[in-house]
Amino acid sequence: MKPRKFLAPAAAAAVLALALTACGGGSSSGGSGGGDAASQNMDGRGPITFVSGKDNSGVWQPTIDRWNAAHPNEKVTLKEQTDQADQQHDDLVQHFQAQQSDYDVVTVDVVWSAEFAAKGWLQPLKDKMAVDTAKLLPATVKAATYNGTAYAVPISSDGGLLYYRKDLVPNPPKTWDEMMGMCSIAKAHDMGCYAGQYSKYEGLTVNAAEAINTFGGKIVDDQGKAVVNSAEAKTGLGKLVDAFKSGNIAKQALTYQEEQGRKAFEDGKLLFLRNWPYVYNLAKTDGASTVKDTFGVAPLPGMSGPGASSLGGHSAAVSVYSKNKATAHDFAQWLIQDEQQKFFALKGSLAPVASALYTDSDIVSKLPYMPTLLTSIQNAVPRPVTPYYPAVTKAVQDNAYAALQGDKSVDQAVSDMQAAIDAAGH
Amino acid sequence: MSTEVPSKTGETDTGRRGRGPGMAGAESADRRQTTQGRWAYTLLAPTLILLAVVIIYPVINAIILSFQKDAGLDKATGFFVQGGFAGVDNYTHWILQQCGSEKCPPGTLGAQFWGAMGTTFLFAAITVILETVLGFWMAIVMARAFKGRSLLRASVLVPWAIPTAVTAKLFFFMFAFDGIINTVFHSSILWTGSEWPARWAIIISDVWKTTPFMALLILAGLQLIPDEVYEAAKVDGAGTWQRFTQITLPLVKPALMVAILFRTLDALRMYDLPAILTGGANNTTTLSILVVQQIRQGFNVASALSTITFVTIFLVAFIFVRFLGANAVESANPRKK
Amino acid sequence: MSTPTATRRRAFTWAPTRTYVQAAVILIWCLLPFYWMIVTAFRDVGYTFDPTPFFTHVTFDNFATVFDESLGNHFARNLLNSLIVAGLTTVISLLVGVFAAYALARLKFRFKEMVLGFVLGASMFPGVALITPLFQLFTNLGWMGSYQALIIPSISFSLPLAVYTLTSFFREMPWELEEAARIDGCTQGQAFRKIILPLAAPATFTTAILTFIGAWNEFLIANQLSSDATKTVTVAIASFAGAQPHQEPYTAVMAAGTVVTIPLVILVLIFQKKIVAGLTAGAVK
Repeated sequence: MKPRKFLAPAAAAAVLALALTACGGGSSSGGSGGGDAASQNMDGRGPITFVSGKDNSGVWQPTIDRWNAAHPNEKVTLKEQTDQADQQHDDLVQHFQAQQSDYDVVTVDVVWSAEFAAKGWLQPLKDKMAVDTAKLLPATVKAATYNGTAYAVPISSDGGLLYYRKDLVPNPPKTWDEMMGMCSIAKAHDMGCYAGQYSKYEGLTVNAAEAINTFGGKIVDDQGKAVVNSAEAKTGLGKLVDAFKSGNIAKQALTYQEEQGRKAFEDGKLLFLRNWPYVYNLAKTDGASTVKDTFGVAPLPGMSGPGASSLGGHSAAVSVYSKNKATAHDFAQWLIQDEQQKFFALKGSLAPVASALYTDSDIVSKLPYMPTLLTSIQNAVPRPVTPYYPAVTKAVQDNAYAALQGDKSVDQAVSDMQAAIDAAGH
Repeated sequence: MSTEVPSKTGETDTGRRGRGPGMAGAESADRRQTTQGRWAYTLLAPTLILLAVVIIYPVINAIILSFQKDAGLDKATGFFVQGGFAGVDNYTHWILQQCGSEKCPPGTLGAQFWGAMGTTFLFAAITVILETVLGFWMAIVMARAFKGRSLLRASVLVPWAIPTAVTAKLFFFMFAFDGIINTVFHSSILWTGSEWPARWAIIISDVWKTTPFMALLILAGLQLIPDEVYEAAKVDGAGTWQRFTQITLPLVKPALMVAILFRTLDALRMYDLPAILTGGANNTTTLSILVVQQIRQGFNVASALSTITFVTIFLVAFIFVRFLGANAVESANPRKK
Repeated sequence: MSTPTATRRRAFTWAPTRTYVQAAVILIWCLLPFYWMIVTAFRDVGYTFDPTPFFTHVTFDNFATVFDESLGNHFARNLLNSLIVAGLTTVISLLVGVFAAYALARLKFRFKEMVLGFVLGASMFPGVALITPLFQLFTNLGWMGSYQALIIPSISFSLPLAVYTLTSFFREMPWELEEAARIDGCTQGQAFRKIILPLAAPATFTTAILTFIGAWNEFLIANQLSSDATKTVTVAIASFAGAQPHQEPYTAVMAAGTVVTIPLVILVLIFQKKIVAGLTAGAVK
């Protein structure tokens, strides 16, 4: 009975564990305000673990090696998660729920910080733990702030850019209406006019929020209350809907995520594209790109000036369960210093969080779009800072998608959006 | 069930009566059943313990949590606080689509419950029917003797062997507007941008991926049919179609029903393909997608949905076993004869 | 099924041709998307979205990327992990499952239906809802990131199917042959080994293949419960990243998919011989 011999001890151990965990519950209701854990280990120093999504461009290990060389008694170990944002989020939730001290500093997507903070999982960065963020771009700091308290340090930023064909449009449009007026040029060349990301996923929230914010609307206010049912928001979303109706945004853009739009633009099938900075280098170097020397970048077009980009990027937060918070704090603070930020930009094309670096000559010569991106990020609006972000983004996506498809009027979509956000955490 | 094939069941019956030569008297039957029972449970123990640990514990856990409120935001502190006892609120949230005291507005997960239920059953019904028919055909072809049969059998397994996440990505790009499928067919269908094309994209991907599972199980069933049975039928003058309906079908039925049962249970939990292909847009949200999205919004409400899903699938399985005879041991049980 | 074919062969001379046509249709249906996967796997990443349906811009770079340790990809290690997890899952599931199936198919005992219902019921809970409780359970056991944290859930996923399949096959087996062999002087062990085992082989191998592939493809559990040392290929593929955020490393994913699929095809070719060998001796197949 070989298999039973193998299994019996394991099963016995597991059954024992059942008894131990049965009362622990598997709920996400971890938050007792984080009160106890947040006041402990503030002076702890020693080895820590830094958790980050898959290191796409190899920036983290060299950075950590540099830290470790200077801090032999407070070494940092890198823990890489997968490349998928959802999986990174769930992995963090699992570890926080289990109150594990094995994650000390974690990178969080800008839209997760409020949720984690409200669950009491993130160390408030005040008093002894405060980090000086005076030099950083205000939008990035705002995205990491919940209820007036900073819970994370922004370590990289991101914003939308308008890619345009400078061979066909010598001067990029400054406003949305101006851009729509230029669509006749696209028609004359038998190409699509404009596209962003309108498939039903997080990218749609980004694009819908940009439209709403650009025309003066807001999704939630500073208290996290839904305020999207406004004339301004309707105008903003209406602009996108009209563009779909008139064909200025082609119907297939309803299936576009970042990569499909990039392909269409590189194939020469699009006059204007809203996308992230990553497209810049690829459109210059991709073998299949037909626009290598004929495209330019501009800030997103707005109502009268630059549009309100949604803010991307990541922050570093300290876990309340960390045993070595002093080290964790120092490491997080060290990450926003110019030396590290410049390295991230040069090695990983990550947008810095300090405005001064956007005009740094080394960075600009490698990433010529940086000054344009600075305009974009200076005008950027964080996506709703709310602990109910998953519900809010779903409310925005579902209703915006229905409106873009023409299944729902803009008025209906916006009022449903409001109702659905209100229903979150009923 | 095989009771429909008297020759076979009749023969096997002697064998089933016990491990002895089948001569034992009736008076020892009770004792034999007791020893067999002990022996049976010894053999079953590893299976039962494993399942209890990994499956039953989480299930019970989920059921308990489904009666707890999710943590709610304390407006004063901005922190989440324990929700307390919820009664059946988490269930009415789904079934009656109630968000608080109102009906869930569009753009909430609660509003999608019945739609997701319908979509899930639609996908399960269409994919399982297509997979059964295609799988049977593939199995019959694979069972024939011809040169290159090994190659065919190996090739058929290729779709099944590719990890689902990779398959989903593969089809996602194939079904893109500028993708290979629209290119090859000179079509310009928005595969993932409107309701029925999106559903068909998912169904086609699923059928491609899992038909081999059906085919292989049916093939294994076909191989258990002795050639003599066909010879006998042929002597009796049965035609091809008659042989199929009178012999192949009834004899393969146990294997077939197991395959259909498990495919159905799997199809009712479909997640990866719609999640990657459409993200649930255009009415392709299945119950599992809803569970995953809800887990990120609140685990206890999600536990209620998991439990509803579990009970729904359980009912389907019950109907299968009771009314369609998808029971692997039914005819081994003398009472059923 | 050989008999109807044989009949047809005598009746209509075009029957074999028809078989080949059908086989060809099946081959094309099953292999075309796979073909497209390979084409993409060998394509220069700069031409990722090129819809030309044959090999163009051929490169091995994507495969190099998949195995490039400097990019943080340890695909060889991941393959080994998958092999360990899926292999052990298959072996243990089959061993445990064969006992259970034998009991269910051949022995009489009370609550048999309840046991079956339990086994079946275990396969009905949405897999996604199992992760959080299992994570807590294994954390308490200190098993996080170990092989057993992957293998034990994996076994319990494959067990219901294995037990059900094997039971249904065992029930159809001509057990009277066992009796006959014993009357002929075989011991019970010999009868089991010489008669029953060869007969059970095709079904068992079929079950083994299904179990192995199922375990090989398992993603949800492995993703949450594995560590760097035990990461399996499916998790590794999901964590392939483009050189830049938002860029989908599509060609590398397809290359990895190709690498993952090929061992299985080889495995199936080997097993396939066993299946044929396991068929009733003397049958004209």
